[in-house]
Amino acid sequence: MPFWLEILINIIFSYVASVGFALTINVPHRVLNLAGVSGIIGWMTYWLLAKAGSGRMLSNLMGAFIIGIMGLIFARIKKAPVTVFNIPALVPLVPGVPAYQAVRSLVNGDVDAGEAAILRVAVVTCSIALGILLSTMFTEMLNRTRKVYKNKRKRI
Amino acid sequence: MTNKESEKFYQEILDICLTAGRLMIEGGSEMYRVEDTMLRIARNAGIDDPRVFATPTGIFMSLDGGDMMQMKQIRDRNINLELVDRVNDLSRQFATKKINLTQLRQAILDVATNTPAFPLWLQAVGAATLSATLMVLFMDDYDWVDFPAAAVVGVLGYVFYVYFKRYTKVRFLSELVSAMLMGMAAIGIHFMFPQTIVDNILIGALMTLVPGLALTNALRDLFMGDLLSGVVRMFEATLTALALGGGVAIMIKFLGA
Repeated sequence: MPFWLEILINIIFSYVASVGFALTINVPHRVLNLAGVSGIIGWMTYWLLAKAGSGRMLSNLMGAFIIGIMGLIFARIKKAPVTVFNIPALVPLVPGVPAYQAVRSLVNGDVDAGEAAILRVAVVTCSIALGILLSTMFTEMLNRTRKVYKNKRKRI
Repeated sequence: MTNKESEKFYQEILDICLTAGRLMIEGGSEMYRVEDTMLRIARNAGIDDPRVFATPTGIFMSLDGGDMMQMKQIRDRNINLELVDRVNDLSRQFATKKINLTQLRQAILDVATNTPAFPLWLQAVGAATLSATLMVLFMDDYDWVDFPAAAVVGVLGYVFYVYFKRYTKVRFLSELVSAMLMGMAAIGIHFMFPQTIVDNILIGALMTLVPGLALTNALRDLFMGDLLSGVVRMFEATLTALALGGGVAIMIKFLGA
């Protein structure tokens, strides 16, 4: 399969998956499209970084970071809570495969492989959490600098 | 204002704030947003010193330094982000004086009685597309044989979950039973069409019930300092995941896939 077709499939499918999840949790109509866009950007960041060989943790962290930033921007535009953009967009990053593999290995009696998969789930979850934390910190910093700058201009 | 009138006024504000908070928690909002919205409504109604403490199972609120104080228990926590958005929007409109207190009360009661939601068929379409596309994204090997199978199993499990949840009060039982049904359906499809892979189908289908929202909210709560809600929600998400894994494991073990 050529590389451009893979990229196209990934873009379309991440949009459809995010919007599909948004439908099951009743996201308001007016933000459905932007939630899907946020999902595309987050998944493509993760996927391209993972293809470039930057490892599971960094790619998940960057994906969650970008999703957090996009969510804050979209929330400003649409005047809606940040959650309605972040949750559908984060769905493709949820560690579904290692979690399933953990169950599968434990059922087969392979405790070592199960433990390794559980550890992988924990690492991915922690890196997603760190990504969201970093995005919150980033915007807070930005707001504070903007406020300081404004006050300075007023004094002059 | 006489004493009796002011008491009635305070009672009305407490009612509005507690209902708004209950709706937001039932919709799956973060705790700091719930507390913030309730405080905003009270302040914009002219209360000097409102105080709120919100947890996933109950809200406490007092007005004017403890002269009046009430709590409200929250029994069921669904996921409906439309509720969060509506209540947030109403509180914004109240802050900019677009609607007055009686209109706000009427609007919030209106949201509470007929909760806005997508029709079930649309949710089922969402579940189908979600499980099929996520299967392809996760596995990264682009097999189109499992694509329709994952969609069918995902819809089956999701619709069964929605119906089963209405008839039981036991938490986590609906997740367990739906996961068992999904495992059975996936293994059945594999028997009929041997070229499909059970693992791929189940990975896609289970994503419809995965507690992504609970986990994200738990993390956000922990980062905002609401340790109690964060830990409670994290535990809820873990138990949901365990129920899903257990259901699938039982079926794989019994039917021997």
